[in-house]
Amino acid sequence: MRYRSSRAALAAGAAFFMIAPAHATDLEVAHWWTSGGEAAAVAELAKAFDATGNKWVDAAIAGGGNTARPIMVSRITGGDPMGAFQFNHGRQAEELVAEGLMLDLTELATQEKWAEIVRPKSLLDSCTLDGRIYCAPVNIHSWQWLWLSNKAFEDAGVPVPTNWDEFVAAAPALEAAGKIPLAIGGQPWQATGTFNVLIPAIAGKDVFLKVYQDHDAEAAAGPEIAKVFKAADDARRMSAKSNVQDWNQATNLVITGQAGGQIMGDWAQGEFQVAGQVAGKDYTCLPGLGVNQLISTGGDAFYFPKLDDPEKTKAQLALASTMLDPKTQVAFNLKKGSVPVRGDVDLAAANDCMKKGLEILASGNIIPDTNQLNTEDTNNQLNDLFVEFFKTPSLTPEEAQKRFAEIIANAD
Amino acid sequence: MAGVSPFGSPTTVIRMNDGPTARPSRLFRNLNAKIASIPMILTALVVFVGGTVWTVVHSFTNSRLLPRLNFVGLDQYVRLWSAPRWLISIENLLIYGSLSLIFSLVIGFVLAALLDQKIRFEDTFRTIFLYPFALSFVVTGLVWQWLLNPDFGVQSVVRGLGWESFTFNPLYDKELVIYGILIAGLWQGTGLVMCLMLAGLRGIDEDIWKAARVDGIPIWKTYLFIVIPMMRPVFVTTLVIIASGIVRVYDLVVAQTSGGPALASEVPAKYVYDYMFAAQNLGQGFAASTMMLLTVAIIIVPWAYLEFGRRR
Repeated sequence: MRYRSSRAALAAGAAFFMIAPAHATDLEVAHWWTSGGEAAAVAELAKAFDATGNKWVDAAIAGGGNTARPIMVSRITGGDPMGAFQFNHGRQAEELVAEGLMLDLTELATQEKWAEIVRPKSLLDSCTLDGRIYCAPVNIHSWQWLWLSNKAFEDAGVPVPTNWDEFVAAAPALEAAGKIPLAIGGQPWQATGTFNVLIPAIAGKDVFLKVYQDHDAEAAAGPEIAKVFKAADDARRMSAKSNVQDWNQATNLVITGQAGGQIMGDWAQGEFQVAGQVAGKDYTCLPGLGVNQLISTGGDAFYFPKLDDPEKTKAQLALASTMLDPKTQVAFNLKKGSVPVRGDVDLAAANDCMKKGLEILASGNIIPDTNQLNTEDTNNQLNDLFVEFFKTPSLTPEEAQKRFAEIIANAD
Repeated sequence: MAGVSPFGSPTTVIRMNDGPTARPSRLFRNLNAKIASIPMILTALVVFVGGTVWTVVHSFTNSRLLPRLNFVGLDQYVRLWSAPRWLISIENLLIYGSLSLIFSLVIGFVLAALLDQKIRFEDTFRTIFLYPFALSFVVTGLVWQWLLNPDFGVQSVVRGLGWESFTFNPLYDKELVIYGILIAGLWQGTGLVMCLMLAGLRGIDEDIWKAARVDGIPIWKTYLFIVIPMMRPVFVTTLVIIASGIVRVYDLVVAQTSGGPALASEVPAKYVYDYMFAAQNLGQGFAASTMMLLTVAIIIVPWAYLEFGRRR
């Protein structure tokens, strides 16, 4: 007996010594950041993690979140979890957390005072279940941006609009000049995204929250949303000729001046940067469509599956800590074109559009991202509705609103 | 398929019964064959039957990302049949299925009959026609996506030849897109049908042809009223192969159109995948796959009963 316990103590001691000096542990990290700018941003995270003496093993999955998430989930539920994986802020990992498959980060979060440094608070709320924290938010992306090509409006002989209504009014002039007024790619999520941006801009923040947070079917069937559907009908007419699939192809139409504008999240900014365009000179960005200056706080967070190996658990905590480190936050987010989750870091290198976003964020005029409010199931149903709406002129706004209200009524 | 017949060869039976007085117990007859078929029986029971039952049971629950036994009655089915996307998918499957069945049988048979005229270079033609079958649906879908693309494909080639107003743009037209997929499906699958038919035609005795010629029956009549009825087993096999391909059509659509434009080329198998995995709603996906199984069963069971039940 005594022999055995002393041996255990010895082993524990040895283990302690093995951990104490930075012992390299391989940690597989899965994400879907594969485009040029995204890969550069991931490299910053990997570099910072490797500097802690561990090793980042990259497991990028191409094809976007809708392709990558099922692969990640099946690996976790199939008993072959990776060290860490990326999901969007919100409810995508809800059930995995509830099932107890994720590592509890509460101790680390308390120690590093995440509750004080992470802003807005909703990001950490999305990571929290029953008062415990299960994920590390890394960035903030917002959807509510209208990107306009200054060249397209110059060619059409009309001034660059300063809000949505002026944009709609300028559409005939753009069409006369042979331009597509509004570019929307054919992927379903782009149609839904466009509509979700129109809600707070046209009907206001409160209606947005009533519909998506409270899932109030009456509000969804009400006159305010009817106005949004009318605006969506305008958008549908303006985008009738856009014949591209991917969001960056649509952005490219704006960059080259073939299209007047695009409603797309702030990740589109990276495309303008890569094309060497200057905000204010070559393109104009209107947060909240220029009507209602607000932004949503979506983005990405990392989750850490529970692993048996204590070494790996230690590496997981080191990675979580690295991700929220001020230096990593700045380096990563500048490359990614997103906003840091910490309010206390300096972003002097940010461009004009990004600064506009930071100002709105500081003023607190923010809404949660639809991913934080809706389940993936509801989002998918909305995708089915809006991709049909935007491509089917015979589907009336009234009929579409009825179906919209039904989806909201059944949402949980 | 490398399945094991439950009945051993006659030689096995004799050797088994060699023992001097031992009365063979029914259980131990053909023991080798029975033991050999155990893995296959287990696979069939656990994977196919077990998996099917599990899926059907869970289709009555509100399982989301993970399967749970929280029963909600027929809710998933009510939602399924009120979803416009599901109805579009069913309609597409009916159009694609019936046309693909008819055309691949007709084209396959005609090609086989033409090849059967003792033509020169038969091997070469056979290889050419069968070759598309060696490609996966994903490759087929991508190739036909390019061929049917108005800017690079058939339309632009014909316009380049001088017919400026020529329009052939099925993949971007909501009404025509399913026919664009049908073309790709036929291109890929007809070669196999042709080969099966050719094998069937070669199995017809030369004397039948001679007899028909002596009686002065025209060739087309000989095919229609003598040869085709004699090829019944070949047709049954072909039908099963084509039909199973139709019901599970998925990758072709994903590669060619990803269900678009809008929802115009959605198919049931894609609905199942999207709701099970992308939408994290297993219950809804299971309900849809159960409906697919039910549809197949409604067609197959009465037919199988008529086809095989009679002979007993």
